[in-house]
Amino acid sequence: MLKIENISKTFNPKTITEKIALRGVSLHLKPGDFVTVIGGNGAGKSTLMNSIAGTFRVDTGKIVIDGEDITKWPEHKRAKYIGRVFQDPMMGTAANMQIEENMAIASRRGRVPTLRWSSAAEQREFIREQLKTLNLGLEDRLESKVGLLSGGQRQALTLLMATLVEPKLLLLDEHTAALDPKTAAQVLGLTNEIVNKRKLTTLMITHNMRDALSCGNRLIMMHEGKILIDVGGEEKKNLSVKDLLEMFERAAGSEMNSDALLLS
Amino acid sequence: MDLIIPTVSQGLLWSLMAIGVYITFRVLDIADLTVEGSFPLGAATAAACLLAGWSPIPAMLAAGFAGMLSGVVTGILCTKLKIPALLAGILTMIALYSVNLHIMGKANLSLLQIDTIFSLYAVPDFTAATMILLVGAVVVILTGVLCYWFFGTEIGAAIRATGCNPHMIRANGINTDNTIILGLLISNALVAFSGALVAQANGFADVGMGVGTIVIGLASVIIGEVLFGTRSFKNCLISVILGSIVYRAVIAIVLQMGMPPNDLKLFTAILVAIALSMPLFQAKLKKRGVGQYVKD
Repeated sequence: MLKIENISKTFNPKTITEKIALRGVSLHLKPGDFVTVIGGNGAGKSTLMNSIAGTFRVDTGKIVIDGEDITKWPEHKRAKYIGRVFQDPMMGTAANMQIEENMAIASRRGRVPTLRWSSAAEQREFIREQLKTLNLGLEDRLESKVGLLSGGQRQALTLLMATLVEPKLLLLDEHTAALDPKTAAQVLGLTNEIVNKRKLTTLMITHNMRDALSCGNRLIMMHEGKILIDVGGEEKKNLSVKDLLEMFERAAGSEMNSDALLLS
Repeated sequence: MDLIIPTVSQGLLWSLMAIGVYITFRVLDIADLTVEGSFPLGAATAAACLLAGWSPIPAMLAAGFAGMLSGVVTGILCTKLKIPALLAGILTMIALYSVNLHIMGKANLSLLQIDTIFSLYAVPDFTAATMILLVGAVVVILTGVLCYWFFGTEIGAAIRATGCNPHMIRANGINTDNTIILGLLISNALVAFSGALVAQANGFADVGMGVGTIVIGLASVIIGEVLFGTRSFKNCLISVILGSIVYRAVIAIVLQMGMPPNDLKLFTAILVAIALSMPLFQAKLKKRGVGQYVKD
């Protein structure tokens, strides 16, 4: 479904703040793969995600989704195939607009907007049904502005919006990191439910090793702009946090030094 | 008493400009200074067309079209060429000063000797002042309804979302460059249309008549929001129109009270500065209130 071939990205090249973020990363995702991505700060996880989403162009390499080369496509064009949930709960929804308006926009992802009325009455029932699946009571607050919702509610809504039109690829960029533990667990549960039920091809960054192990069918660990570890299937199922750390030390030749990763 | 009709009329004619400022300042979240040039651009275009023998409606449509072009120029400067929006607006505004002089051929055109939208369709028993009020009201209602419809459509919703959260709307497949350009186009079309109306009502177009347009627009938007609310888009549109009328009333009152007309712009600027800084003071007051509550 997703084929990344040898992509690299350097920020601020040839300046004092030069940062090589990706060094020739290749990654193939089969349809229905749910891949979790871990790695310390600056490992290149978010850069990988943003490269796929098209926030910027990669320096070298190729990105192909479902046989279509999207390497040179701008961000908005890629949205036709890609659903996204951001780390910042504020980023995935329009705060000043109603829940219904946000959902209506998401229901047209990848389609050229027309002069038809945006919040059509015949669509309202569909939107309400979809919101019901979140179990947050949002179906009774269609006209509330999204800005009134909590971070967790907004993240759940963003997740629903990102999958409303079935994406060929779902990108989750540490989408539970900004939430309190209980809400984070709820949003993660919802993520598993949606992704597993609909067999969505998914790439999920997380800071939490346990989540990375418990979710999905494949795990990759990044380090200094490269994919260091790539485990899937049975091997991943039997993996513990301790095994993972040992694997990292063997592969990187150094100790895991990211506090955030260890403490979580 | 005899000031009421002209005050409301001026408020109505200028309210189209205020709606234009509302679209950029509030909907797109851009402070667009193009309006300082597109307002006289509309006046100049309409005046030149009228003097060339056009009838008022085509002349005003030409003015609106010229406004659209000016909005597109600013839009391309700030999206495709990545010039900060504030500076992009200033560049277009300065360029328009020369353009306006070219259109008019001189700094000032008088429209007193020719038919305007207000005199051409005059109703026998109505005075000139009443005609301005009547035409103004019709045009403002039509424009308001059209704006309400447009910003409720899929394209309109995309423009509103662009101003609110560009990341979100790009992730949903909308090219934000296009929505920004389109928003600026609509805004400046309204501003130029307003300029065309004001020129005809006042009987002249002047190259300097755009000075302070942005501040008057902001004053109308803010006064309207404070006095008449911001619950929904419809509510906001009505607030802006009423805000423009209240602004004219305030000006009429302070002039009546003896303020020299030369101080008008200073007065408006101070008014807008105070209004724009209100959220800060409100937050401070609220904080103090909460602090006291905790102490108690």
